Order: sequence, then structure tokens, then C-alpha cells
Amino acid sequence: MDDLDQLEAQSIYILREAYRKLKPLAMLWSLGKDSNVMVWLARKAFLGRVPFPVMHVDTGKKFPEMYRFRDEYTRKWELELLLGDCPPVEEIDPTLPPAARSAARKTAGLAAMIEKYKLEGVIAGIRRDEQATRAKERVFSPRGSSHKWDVRNQPPEFWDQYATPHEEGVHIRVHPLLSWREIDIWRYIEREGIPLVDLYFSKNGKRYRSLGDQDITSPIESDAATVAEVIAELQTTRTSERAGRAMDHESEDAFERLRVAGYL
Amino acid sequence: MSNDFRQDAATPIVIVGHVDHGKSTLIGRLLHDTDNLPEGRVAQIIESSRKRGLKVEWSFLLDSLQIERDQGVTVDSTRIPFLLGNRQFVIVDAPGHRQFLRNMITGAADAEAAVLVIDAAEGAQEQTRRHAMLLRLIGIRHVIVLMNKVDLLEYDEQKIAASEQAVAALLKQLDIEPSLFIPASAREGDNIASRSPKMEWYKGPTLTEALALVPSPAGRADLPLRLPVQDVYRFDAKRVVAGRIERGRVNVGDTLVIGTHGTTARVASIEGWHAAPQISAVAGQSVAITLEPDVIPDRGDLLHRPEEAPIRTARIRSRLFWLRQEPLRVGESFRLRLATAEHQVTVASIDSVVRLDDLTEHASDHVPPEGFAEITLAASESILFDAFTPGTTDGRGVLVDRHQRIVGGAPLIGPADIASGTRAIHPTDSTVSLWDRAQARGHRGGVFWMTGLPGAGKSTIARAAESRLFGQKIDVSVLDGDTLRAGLCADLGFSEADRTENVRRAAAVARILAETGQVVLVALISPRAADRDLARQVVGEGFHEVFVDADQATCEARDPKGLYQAARAGRITGFTGIDAPYDVPATPDLHLPTGAGSVAEVAERLATYVADSVALAESTRRRS
Repeated sequence: MDDLDQLEAQSIYILREAYRKLKPLAMLWSLGKDSNVMVWLARKAFLGRVPFPVMHVDTGKKFPEMYRFRDEYTRKWELELLLGDCPPVEEIDPTLPPAARSAARKTAGLAAMIEKYKLEGVIAGIRRDEQATRAKERVFSPRGSSHKWDVRNQPPEFWDQYATPHEEGVHIRVHPLLSWREIDIWRYIEREGIPLVDLYFSKNGKRYRSLGDQDITSPIESDAATVAEVIAELQTTRTSERAGRAMDHESEDAFERLRVAGYL
Repeated sequence: MSNDFRQDAATPIVIVGHVDHGKSTLIGRLLHDTDNLPEGRVAQIIESSRKRGLKVEWSFLLDSLQIERDQGVTVDSTRIPFLLGNRQFVIVDAPGHRQFLRNMITGAADAEAAVLVIDAAEGAQEQTRRHAMLLRLIGIRHVIVLMNKVDLLEYDEQKIAASEQAVAALLKQLDIEPSLFIPASAREGDNIASRSPKMEWYKGPTLTEALALVPSPAGRADLPLRLPVQDVYRFDAKRVVAGRIERGRVNVGDTLVIGTHGTTARVASIEGWHAAPQISAVAGQSVAITLEPDVIPDRGDLLHRPEEAPIRTARIRSRLFWLRQEPLRVGESFRLRLATAEHQVTVASIDSVVRLDDLTEHASDHVPPEGFAEITLAASESILFDAFTPGTTDGRGVLVDRHQRIVGGAPLIGPADIASGTRAIHPTDSTVSLWDRAQARGHRGGVFWMTGLPGAGKSTIARAAESRLFGQKIDVSVLDGDTLRAGLCADLGFSEADRTENVRRAAAVARILAETGQVVLVALISPRAADRDLARQVVGEGFHEVFVDADQATCEARDPKGLYQAARAGRITGFTGIDAPYDVPATPDLHLPTGAGSVAEVAERLATYVADSVALAESTRRRS
């Protein structure tokens, strides 16, 4: 087994644990590369099907290409899609910096969906290498009644034994991609032939490395127009993946504040 | 996929040590000196340090959470990918602050090697002992000791050596044999990624050189199969059994035993989606199989081959690391999680508790929060497991409370009541595992305990079998009673107590030899059944009782050493068979009558039995 085989096997194990232990369960599908890999891994785990719904928390500000992709692959992959919308920005904590405030709409939208469907488990595609705060995450991360992430009081997690506390109002965020790196995601996309929104590929010298809302995501300078070229680019780049995400850079603690409150 | 990208999985390395001994600084320094920092990170560190009016603090790199910086301690483990040459590592940073032990375990449990950071000027502290203890309990095989801050000792060889000796003595108490001591200064960069010009007396590797030497995780594909059932799905009218292979290999057509029911079934297919069809899968793979007949296993059932059964017992000895904030007391009940299985268990006894001040073991009626102990667990049903072995997934028990919260790690080390179990495995503390040795030699170790009356032919047959086995490239030796009494046991007589001691010593020596992978034929009268039971306990796994059976008249007629004659004449007393009893073995593993048949024939039977017993199963033999 090479490293991709090992990552795949570990993710499948995690997805099967989540499916066994958490009901109802749903997977967040942001339409980005990581969540497409995640849907793909679920199909591997469950032999071609995704036996739980996928959720798109729609900020209403995604790129048109992303909405087209969503509709096409919901059909092709036979997904049960749950859609949720987000409150207007005026309802969000005004002390947050502007981009973070905009991103926090998604947190509120997600919270509403978790309430609505009484979800016990939510599968999310975050990775440790994306952002320092995410590096502290557990594979099974319990969230209290206000969906807060209690960073300082996380349960122990070792030997592939995951905490599944069953308490009123607690849900578990499940992170099957936690150990993957950005380049692993791309190598796996290449190996498996996983379809992506073409915003990831260079047009006129620019491409998106990470996809968020249109107004707070910017493209990078790049000529990488194929998966192989993206992989080659990543092998030499030294800038961080989320450099194009405005809310990460507004203040030292903005992203952490978002996450403690329930952002992914 | 192009082959250029094919690579091994990252080797996880955990960095532990007492608070303020310099772990975070070390990691910052390591990443910087090996060119592993993304652009922007260095600028971030400089900016953060400047804002606080400090010299560049490498530790800010890790203390990426605001609350950590405010408190000045790292609150949780984090993982940092790290490239050294072409090899990938993941650095697991574990906090030194006392109350966060569970975070450290979270980070450290899967590590392949550990770097124990010790302030050379201050020496080992409480957290050093605690972390070292934990490294042992979670089974990390390779420990590199980094004697940090040697700049504070003016790089002085003698001062550093004195500090090192104290640490070595401490680790020895824990059976930890560090692979290396490196004198270093993370702050100054000495012996981290480059050789320090200030310590020319030090000839060993730098930290990066030492990391490069850490072996890759050992393959587990050649071990006996263990496939714990994770779930059973019914898709498209087909029942599929899902699980991850913990060790060994599963092939279509294999017959497997299902859990404790003992039902067997054949592997009909290995299912997959968007993957090449498979007829075989190995350790580490998450598989989905169908069985024939279409039996329905439960989650937690362990699938294994009939001839490679794990330990089965309802009373288990466990080493415990206790994570709950309240102490543990006898009589408490938990769920014991073992891979995907869950069993109801009760703490039957707390056998000893480790005192962290000096790492000695004491009796106690409770295990304190974050304490270490040896306990006995009683289960309501038989549990199948393999004894905990460092570097494998065997015996990784975890205790959870009624709320599904993990409250302790409980490596399972063996059955509690050895007399009632059929196998008692004693995990070796050597970094060379029994399996490594068995594979190197081409056979397992074992002890064949030949008991019988004086003159029954034990030594003769043992020697004849020895030369046959040696001819088959089996590493074999004979321990015979007279040889032992001439040397090792020269101080012993023939009283009952001395005979028992004689047996105990022979068994202890045999065990040591067997653990190095040798086959040992012990030729010893060992007349009392109780003594032979003792030998079985001392040796543990791989003990075979061989009854060399000739009736007394035959033995007396042979009398090769003239002993019967001497006993009859009353010149010697306490002679087995004349005036001391011999307990005939009730259920020997091998019964060898020597009355009929030549020495060659009997020796051949023994040699065949021995060779079969120590052979590696076909499926587990190393492919060459």
C-alpha cells in the first residue's frame, strides 16, 4: 500500500464508523475539491452509493459554475441533496471583521440545518494542513448545544477509538480528511479521475486554489490548466492554500473565533 | 498514476518532554533549518515576536491559537508535515502541561518514534517521567533523547554526560532503551539539522540524521490474520461484511472462524467500487467481503484462521493509563473497546500503582487521575485478543464510561489467571519482536518439556532429535537435568523445595532462549505435576509437555547411570520411582512411549512434532 492507499483506507474506516454510530448523519458538500473527494470516498466505503444525504449550505454567493456542478453531479452520483440557506449578513456578529462576518453566515446556516434535521453526525472535509487551528481537530469532534467547539476540553482520541458522547444537544463533526494534505487530495483526484469545477484550472493566467464565496475568495496567478499541472505547481509552491481566503488574514484570531463558534 | 509520485506514508514522530524544556522551540528550529516552512510563516513569527517586543520566538509557530499565546502553554497536540530528503514525516507536538495528558496521548499514540526533550541543565522532571511512562504504555519502540539547552552547560562534555547518565538510569527503570542521546541546543541550532562546532567531542548523529534512521512502520501483512468486523451491510440483496484488516492477509477462498461463536465460513469475494477486482487484501486495507455460507457476523467479531486463534479469556491483565479526573476504584464497570468490539468489564483488582516520583510500584485501592497501574479486568464473556505488542495494533484496549467517553487506555497484556488459560503470552520488551526473530530464523521459538522416569530415555531421545532438527536448519538446543545440576543448579539438592527451584530455573532459562527464537528441548525428570505447571507458567506461550514414557521395570533394567541400583541399595534416597513419587502427566501435548521402537524412531516422532509446532504458517512466511 502506498500513502494514498493508506489515506483512503483510513478515511473509509472513519466514514464507516460514522455511519454505524451516528444517526441521523449527513455529509457537507461544499462543491469544492475536498468535498468531492469525500463524496468519492463514501462511494468507495459503501460500494458505489452514499447511504446518507449530502448537504449544501448555500450562501447564495457561490460561482455559477458551482451551482451547475452541484446539479449535474447530484443526478450522476445519485445523491440525496439537502439544501439550506443562510441568514443575511446583518444578523451576524458585527464585531467580526467584514470577510469573517460574511463567512459566519455559513455557520448560522449550518446550525439551522443541524437543528432542522436533528443531525447527530455531520461529516466535513477539513484538513489539518489547511490552517493551524484545524490542525488541533479530532477526527470525531463533539460540539456542544450551541455548536461551540471547546478547544481546551477535547476528548482523548487514540488507537482509532472515537468519542461518541450521546447527550442532549450534542452533535459530532466527523473529519475523514484530517490527515490528508492538499497535494494528496490532488494526487487522489488524478488517480481516481474525480470531476471538479473548472474554476480550479487556469484561464488567462489565473486559477482558484480554494473556493469560497465569490466576494471573499480571490484567484492566484497560475498557468496550471490540468490536474497534473496543478500537482506540479503544488510541489514547488510555498504560499499557503488559503492565501486567497480573506477571512483568514484579517486579524490574528479571526479564524479561530469563527471555528470556536462552529465554522468548519 | 505516474510512479514518481508513489511514496511511503509519512512516519509519525512525537515530540514530548517537560513543560519549558523546549519542545516548541525545537520544532520551530527543525522546520526552519530544514527549509520546511511555508512562505509567510517566518514573517508571521517575526511579526508576532516583534509585536510582543521579543527576540524571534520559534515556539510562536506552534502556538497558533490565541489562547495558547495568552497562556504561554501549548494546549493541544498538533501535527506538522515535514520533509527530510525524500522521506515524509509528521511531527506530532504534544503539550507538556500536566492537565493535558489526554491531548498528548491523542497525538502520540500512533507515533513510530519519539523525541524526548530534556533540559540538560535541569534534568528529568515530573513530566519527563510521565511522558516516558506513557511512551512505554502506548508502545513506542524508538526513543531518541534530545539533551536540550546544552548551551547552558557551556557545551561541557562532562556536565552533559552526567546529566545523560541520570536520564539513562530513569529510562532503564521503564525498560526503555533509547536509541540515542543527542546533546543539542534548539535555540542556537546546535546538532539539530547541522553539526555543532561547539561540541566536537560528540561524534553521534544530529537530530535530522537520527530521524532519517528511524525505520519505516513495519509491514503487518505477514502476521496471522485479524479482521475485526466493523459493520454488516445489505446492499442489492447481497450481504457485505466490512472491516479493516489489522494484520495478516485475507484471500478469496479462505476459511475463517467468526468470533467467539466459532462458526466458520469461506470468503466468497472481496467487494470494491471503482477499483481493480481483488482476490487478496492485506493489513491496513478497509475491505468489504462476502461470506459463504451467508452467515451474519456481529460488529466486533474477530475473523481469523482456525489454526491461528488469538488468546481467549474472561479475566485479563492490563496496564492502565487513567484519564478521568476522578480516581478509579475496584468494582467499577466499563465498556472495554478493542478494535471494533465492545465488552462489559469490571475492575476485579488493582494489582499495583506506579508512583511517579520514583517510578516504583505499590499496592493501592485506587488509581489517581492521570495515574498508571496494572489492573485485572473481569468480563462477562470470553474476549478474544492478542497481547499488546509495541509497534502493532494488538491488544489496544480502551475503557469508556456509560456516556461513551474514553476514560483510560488499557493495553491488554495477558490472561489474569494463567492456570485457567491455555496460553499465557509474555510480551517481550525487546525492540526486536518475536515475529521479527521468527521470520529471520524461519521458525518460531518453543520449549519442549520432556518429563519421565529416570532411565526413560529423555536425554538420549533429546540429543537424537536435536541433531535431526539441526539438520533441518532449526536452531535447537538441549537443556538436560544433569548438565543443569552440574552448573546453574549446583547449589540445589533433591528436597521437594530444591526440585521445584530446579524446575523453575530450567524453565526460566528455556524461556529466555525461546524468546530469542530458539527451540529448546528440556530433558528433566520433573516428577511433580505442580512443578510442570509452574514451568508452563514461567515459559508461557510455546510450552509443550512431552511425556517420555517407559515403565519402571524397563527403566530399571536399562539403568544407564546405575542409579536404580544405588537407590535399591539405599545409597541414594529420594530417588524418583523408588522412594519418591512420579506424577504421570494426565494430558501431555505429546506422548512418547519408548518401550517399543528404536531410539531413532522415537526421536524422529519427536523431531517431526517439534518441527510442525515451530513452523511458520504458509501464509505468514516471508515472501523472498
